[in-house]
Amino acid sequence: MQSAVNLWPLLGVAVIVVGFVLRANPVLVAVAACGVTGVAAAMPVMTLLESLGNAFVKTRNLPLILLLPLAAIGLLERFGLRERAQAAISKVRSATAGRLLIVYLFARESTAAMGLTSLGGHPTMVRPLVAPMAEAAAEAQHGTLPARVRHRIRAMSAATDNIGLFFGEDVFVAFGAIVLMHTILQAEGIEVNPLHIALWGIPTAITAFVIHAWNLRRLDAEIRRDVAADAGKGAP
Amino acid sequence: MTLTIEHFYILVGLLLLAVAVMNLVDRSNPRRITTALFWGAYALLYLAGERIAPAWIGALMIFMALLAGFGGVRAGKPSTLPDDTRRASAARLGNRLFIPALLLPLVTVIGATLLKDVQLGGAPLLDPAHVTLVSMGCGAIAALLAACWLTRATPLQGVREARRLVDAMSWAVVLPHILAVLGLLFSEAGVGKAVAHLTVEYIGLDSRFIAVAVFCLGMALFTIVMGNGFAAFPVMAGGVGIPVLVGVYGANPAVMAAIGMFSAYCGTLMTPMAANFNIVPAALLELPDKNAVIRAQIPSALPILVANIFLLYFLMNL
Repeated sequence: MQSAVNLWPLLGVAVIVVGFVLRANPVLVAVAACGVTGVAAAMPVMTLLESLGNAFVKTRNLPLILLLPLAAIGLLERFGLRERAQAAISKVRSATAGRLLIVYLFARESTAAMGLTSLGGHPTMVRPLVAPMAEAAAEAQHGTLPARVRHRIRAMSAATDNIGLFFGEDVFVAFGAIVLMHTILQAEGIEVNPLHIALWGIPTAITAFVIHAWNLRRLDAEIRRDVAADAGKGAP
Repeated sequence: MTLTIEHFYILVGLLLLAVAVMNLVDRSNPRRITTALFWGAYALLYLAGERIAPAWIGALMIFMALLAGFGGVRAGKPSTLPDDTRRASAARLGNRLFIPALLLPLVTVIGATLLKDVQLGGAPLLDPAHVTLVSMGCGAIAALLAACWLTRATPLQGVREARRLVDAMSWAVVLPHILAVLGLLFSEAGVGKAVAHLTVEYIGLDSRFIAVAVFCLGMALFTIVMGNGFAAFPVMAGGVGIPVLVGVYGANPAVMAAIGMFSAYCGTLMTPMAANFNIVPAALLELPDKNAVIRAQIPSALPILVANIFLLYFLMNL
């Protein structure tokens, strides 16, 4: 090939794709991809190990956001936080899983747009509060839920947190992504007001809210259908 | 004195060490020795990571991956309170249970916004490079103390509960970290350049709509591969966004950037590579299907991506 760009490192990407398709252990797949990428880029083994080690130390801040809240959240769970959250929501008669998650989507997206991204999150909000409340709302409507429906509601709760966060935070001017975009455009000699980048995010932010809220409305119908199907199947 | 992220590395290192020791002495864990080795190795990274030669750390990471990959990381039998005791406790403590839970995000936000610029004796109070994480660490400690005060439990019980949750998530805890390492290696090895080269070389960009679609879909695809929109943005903006959309079709760079980044986020919603958003919550919520969160997100991510193509097409020349 007469190209100046080395295409061999793409083999690392191929390892990831194949690994995930074969449902191998993801940690093993990731490390295998590291090895293949290093070899494909013609790195000596020691250099590769050193790059991996340096990167592993440099990215130590990533898991903190997951690990730090666990002691407090676990302790509160032991003494009934989830049960309390469920009891509180089951008193609201009009609550459904879908409606509750739409309210959370709105709260998450609008607070993220004001820069308050740390108000939500999976360990701090979704596991102890949002998912149990969404399950309890569906339970108050339909009685005991089949495990499949329960899992589906939990997955939607996590999805709602992600979507609210992603499409909210970029509307906030001081967010890292805006700074990154501004820096990159500047490096290419294009001067843009960061405020304009944030403002032009608003049409997508609104579209994302509408689309996901629509899917959350459909979730209620899906729960009703699945619970009915399960009841029909389980009848003596 | 400045409260830095290093302090919280030590705290997390001690927590992981406790997880390792608790597993080691727990006979209900079928693989207690390999499990303890795994969490002990991870603890070592936090307690002494910068004092060990990088090559050894690289070897440590591979060692951990092998332990995890061959089923060596397991959980003990969690000791939770019986259901009726817990329900009685929930009824007794009532809404006061929410106070520590909400204290955590509250302290984080106060730290990250109000205390961000506070100086103490000439040095900043909170590590300026990691204000949010350090604030969150303070919030976690405040929440733990409030929870202990409320439930009359000891902080040690908090550590035991943290171990229960870490055990339940197992190796998913370290997956985002290892994928971040892979992401850095990808950029070092020039994977980004190779993908951009393929996109620009082999796809015709001579129609305005196709150029917009290639830009948005490229952002999403690249993010699916790298697991991170921040890695995709420089490549696609540099390869297509700036030279073609802005250069040839006169797009407003602010619109190109904003919608381009959002297209990348659509990719983030659809990839197991973004493990901290997609795989970790599945483990945290104890879902049997590790891809359940991605499955829940695809019906929203794809329509948003299509909407982005049209939004960019119609808004970029306004």
